Amino acid sequence: MSEHDHDHPPITDGDEPAAAARVRALEELLVAKGTVRREDVRQMIDWLVSRSPADGARLVARAWIDPEFKERLLGDARAAALELGLDPGPSPVVMAVENTPAVHHMVVCTLCSCYPRALLGPPPDWYKSLSYRSRAVSDPRGVLSEFGVELNDNVELRVLDSTADIRYLVIPIRPAGTQEMNEEQLAALVTRDAMIGLAQPVATTPAPVH
Amino acid sequence: MRYRVGERVRVAARAHEGHHRTPGYLKGKTGTIERAHASFPNPETRAYGGDGLPEQPLYLVGFVQRDVWYGYQGRASDRIYADVFEHWLEEAQ
Repeated sequence: MSEHDHDHPPITDGDEPAAAARVRALEELLVAKGTVRREDVRQMIDWLVSRSPADGARLVARAWIDPEFKERLLGDARAAALELGLDPGPSPVVMAVENTPAVHHMVVCTLCSCYPRALLGPPPDWYKSLSYRSRAVSDPRGVLSEFGVELNDNVELRVLDSTADIRYLVIPIRPAGTQEMNEEQLAALVTRDAMIGLAQPVATTPAPVH
Repeated sequence: MRYRVGERVRVAARAHEGHHRTPGYLKGKTGTIERAHASFPNPETRAYGGDGLPEQPLYLVGFVQRDVWYGYQGRASDRIYADVFEHWLEEAQ
C-alpha cells in the first residue's frame, strides 16, 4: 500500500487510443513480414520531428530581400530550397504562392493532413482537425478572423486544398518597418502559421536606440 | 496532358468505392485549369499496394467559391483551388 497522505484514483496510462493500437499492430505486422525494420520507422520519425518552420522562414526571408530568388522560389520551390542548402524532402512537389496586398492565400488539406513537412516540420494539431478542414474551405474568412487575420474587402482570398502530390507554402507579405533588417532578423518574423496563410508577420523588433 | 491552362472543366460527379483524392464538395462543380502540374502515380491503386501505373496527369483547378457553396459569405472573387487528376475531369459544356 502507498504511504500517500491524499486520495486519488489510481494513476495509469489509460486505455490505448484506437488509432495508436492500430498503428502498433500495423508496425508489428510490417516488421514481421520484413517490409520495414523498426530502425527505419525510428529514423523516419526522427527526420519528421527534426524538421522545423525555421527552414521555410529562411526561404521567405531570402525571397523578401532578393526578388530574383523569389522568382526562382515561385518557379520551383524544391530547387530554391536546395539552393539554400535546405532539405526539401522526398518526392512530393512543393509549390510556393505569394501573398500580396490584392491576393491572400491559405492552405488546407480537407482529405487528411498534407503539408510541406520537410520545410515546415510537423503540422499543428488544428491543421489536422475536422473543424479546420471543413471550415477552411466553406468559411475561410471566418476562420481567418478567428486567427486574427482580417482581410480588407478588396482582397481576393484563394484557398488551396492540397488534395494530391503537391505541397503548398505561402510567402507572406513583408511587414512594413523592416527595411533595416537583415535576412536573419527577417526570418525570425516568419511564423509557421504565416506560411500556411493563417497569420500575417509583423515587425516586432523595437526601433534602434540612438 | 489533355487540358490546357484556362480551359473550363467539370469535376466528374460519379461515386467511387475506396480511396480517391477527389474531394466530394467539388464533384459536379465547374472550374478553370490554373496549372498543369505533371503526372503522378494513381493513388486509387497505390493505396491498395499497386504500383499506381499508369501515372495520371494532375491539374490545379480553380473554382469560384460562390459556385461551390450555396450562400457563400465572402467576396464574389474568392476562389478555391484543388489538385484533381485528369480521369476525374470532363470538358465543361
